Amino acid sequence: MSNRLEFKIWLAHRLSAMALGLFVVVHLAGMMIAIQGGVSAQEILGRTSGNYVFGLFYSLFVLAAATHASIGLRTVAREVLGWKGWSAGILIICFFLALNIVGVSAIGGLVL
Amino acid sequence: MNTNRDKKEYWASFVQRWSGVLLALFLPAHFTVLSLVLQGEQVLDGFLYWADAPIVKFAEAGLVGLLAVHLLGGVRLLVIEFFAWKEWQGYLISVAGTGAMAAGCLFLLRAF
Repeated sequence: MSNRLEFKIWLAHRLSAMALGLFVVVHLAGMMIAIQGGVSAQEILGRTSGNYVFGLFYSLFVLAAATHASIGLRTVAREVLGWKGWSAGILIICFFLALNIVGVSAIGGLVL
Repeated sequence: MNTNRDKKEYWASFVQRWSGVLLALFLPAHFTVLSLVLQGEQVLDGFLYWADAPIVKFAEAGLVGLLAVHLLGGVRLLVIEFFAWKEWQGYLISVAGTGAMAAGCLFLLRAF
């Protein structure tokens, strides 16, 4: 693996971390406000249906979380398990794609 | 020399890594639950009813604490990596631990 690619992966991990710093604070604050008094599907959909700002925010959140989590797991697989081959790379890419697909489709269900 | 600060740094690194792994493995489950809305409101409500149990709320508070400790520990790492070392940065480990506990407790207070 070239040093240049490794640097790009490291940078993507750090940039996604910076974005997540903002997303997570907003998400946690929003959850703590929303959960009081219990939540129902109707109440959630009442807040999210047709809310495209919510949709954009959470789509970017999903992308950043999938990027950060995938690269983090890749690092642990390499450093803890010594698993560096192409099989690890393919599994991590599949994990990244699956997170994006499930996450964005869930947001689609909540917003559209 | 294995000073007290080295031990703190070691545990901060240990918590950062393994909280990240747990959160990464939790993400697919979280997104899958959210995507239940695609199957209808009743399906999501069925899950939300289950999630109203006290033990699930305590588990969720643990997740919030895990997310907060990973977030605050991550901010500490970014500060160390992108800014020159300053003595006060040593206190960021304590800030991360305290902030995570506070976030978990605040979640519990709101959830019940």
